[in-house]
Amino acid sequence: MIFLSNLVNGISLGSIYAVIALGYTMVYGIAKMLNFAHGDVIMVGAYVAFCAMQYWGLPPAAALLIAMAVCTVLGITIESLAYRPLRQAASLAVLITAIGMSYLLQNLALLIWGANPKSFPSSMIVLPTLSLFGGGLTISGVTLVAILANLLIMLVLTTFINRTKMGKAMRCVSEDRGAAELMGINVNRTISATFAIGSALAAIAGVLLCSAYPVLMPTTGSMPGIKAFTAAVFGGIGSIPGAMIGGILLGVIEILGKAYISTELGDAIVFAVLIIVLLFRPTGLLGRQVREKV
Amino acid sequence: MNAKRKKLIYNSVTFGIVILAYVLCSSLYGSMSRSLRGQLIPICCWIVMAVSLNLVVGISGELSLGHAGFMSLGAFSGIVVSGWMLNGFQMENEILRLVIAMAAGGLVAGIFGVLIGIPVLRLRGDYLAIVTLAFGEIIRNVMNCVYASVEGKRLVLGFLNPSLPGKLLLNGPNGAVSVGKIATFGAGFILILVTLTVVLNLINSRTGRAIMATRDNRIAAESVGINVTKYKMIAFVTAAVLAGMAGALYGLNYSTLIPGKFKFDQSINVLVFVVLGGIGNTLGSVISATVLTMLPELLREFSDYRMLVYALLLIAMMLITNTPASRAVLNNVKGMFRRRNLHQTVQATQGTGKEKGGRQP
Repeated sequence: MIFLSNLVNGISLGSIYAVIALGYTMVYGIAKMLNFAHGDVIMVGAYVAFCAMQYWGLPPAAALLIAMAVCTVLGITIESLAYRPLRQAASLAVLITAIGMSYLLQNLALLIWGANPKSFPSSMIVLPTLSLFGGGLTISGVTLVAILANLLIMLVLTTFINRTKMGKAMRCVSEDRGAAELMGINVNRTISATFAIGSALAAIAGVLLCSAYPVLMPTTGSMPGIKAFTAAVFGGIGSIPGAMIGGILLGVIEILGKAYISTELGDAIVFAVLIIVLLFRPTGLLGRQVREKV
Repeated sequence: MNAKRKKLIYNSVTFGIVILAYVLCSSLYGSMSRSLRGQLIPICCWIVMAVSLNLVVGISGELSLGHAGFMSLGAFSGIVVSGWMLNGFQMENEILRLVIAMAAGGLVAGIFGVLIGIPVLRLRGDYLAIVTLAFGEIIRNVMNCVYASVEGKRLVLGFLNPSLPGKLLLNGPNGAVSVGKIATFGAGFILILVTLTVVLNLINSRTGRAIMATRDNRIAAESVGINVTKYKMIAFVTAAVLAGMAGALYGLNYSTLIPGKFKFDQSINVLVFVVLGGIGNTLGSVISATVLTMLPELLREFSDYRMLVYALLLIAMMLITNTPASRAVLNNVKGMFRRRNLHQTVQATQGTGKEKGGRQP
């Protein structure tokens, strides 16, 4: 029973990772860049939701919507100001710009909200705790919401990518940017849309993360960001189902590793599993093998 | 100017600037402010880190995001060996202890460089980058669980086991405490010279040309019989050894040091030095490591805003040097200086052909 409860906790944490990883994987798949600032967009989303509830007294749903709107605008702004001018530049230059953006967001948050950790209100999630097997297995509301939200987001996103015109454009740009442009697809607008979706997901992830682990600091987003990025690579970066599987597996491995092997070595176990997977499947679990052309 | 002479001039300028900077710093040592004086040794360490990472990123062309891991290994093995020599063998000579500690740091980091390089260098591109990041995080996490102590002449190591006999040197997540501060600016200067000698000679050797060939076109290099993994390994392990030595010097400059100091952020910082200095440009790495280490201090008057300013400068620098419009302006400015002697050199340069992207060492 303890194993089962650990497993559920793992899936819950993994669901949060998966939502973050979706942002990484979409941006990587379409713009071919590692957006290191994504973790900090999560943090901004969580802070905005926190302010909306604590200072303005808004209901949780409205707070979430405001956080999503702010993050969407933030994502589009970052993309158009910092990343768009570097579309033709070397990938390393874009990477460093993204790192600079990450520092910028962290330090802005530090100036606006201060260095003291804020405790995220628990009233965000209204679902009651679920008790199964006569109290043997309790599942908190946050856990349930995280898992359900993840499933819902997956469903909506897959439909969006496969059924809508914008989704089709995204797949085209990801396949071959030059050819997509020749076919009359507005590449800049498509990439902007990708950033908008990724950042809105980051806001949801931020609220979920801080509901589960209610300490909010300017650096809150960076470690989950790195882990989620790892999850995206784990599942095969660029692949949407890969991000979900990678995220959930990573969360489960982390919680089980901490519970059964060693609490101190939790992170090391996660990264060790990643390395082992990449050695046997060099492009991740669901990544596509691209043949090199001479 | 032929290529050989160009390299000679480049190398002499690099060494000349470093030696001049050392002479200036040591003659002005008395009139420096305390905070600036305290930065001299860290600057030396970061220069070595940047030059060695440049060997991996610029010369061998593999993005490494875990360079601070090697620094961490070097720092803690250096501290442990130095403490062992002092407490176990009563070795009072600080210079000898520092040399032994740095050698040990380099050795340990080198061994781990080989162990990590074997799996890592089989991967390519972004996957390689993420695995180096993973190794950096694993090293930090594992260092949190390592304990070491000296009992008599024996060195006792413990993993996840804090109750060790004798005098404790390394205390898990609390790191090393009461370290003898034996690092000196002179040692840092010599380490920079050693690093530059090793790296510049490696770049200009047959091995270095093979490494650059694997960077420029892996398939072409393979097809002329270059063992790609071997040459990438040479660059990776050399960089790891140098980072380990810099780590040992860094660790012995502070009286306490925790493993959390060598986070992912530090690896990124070093990468920022390399990219801003010009990828593949050794002198650029030296200069940018110096300036960027001092920059937060120089921005002190902005107090709360200094990291914000640093971030903005970083973004602005990348945008200015990498967008097509600003590049054209920069090239025009460069052209104004060059035009004067263009007619003399136009014939000589026609044969050599300039490389693009500032990769010329």
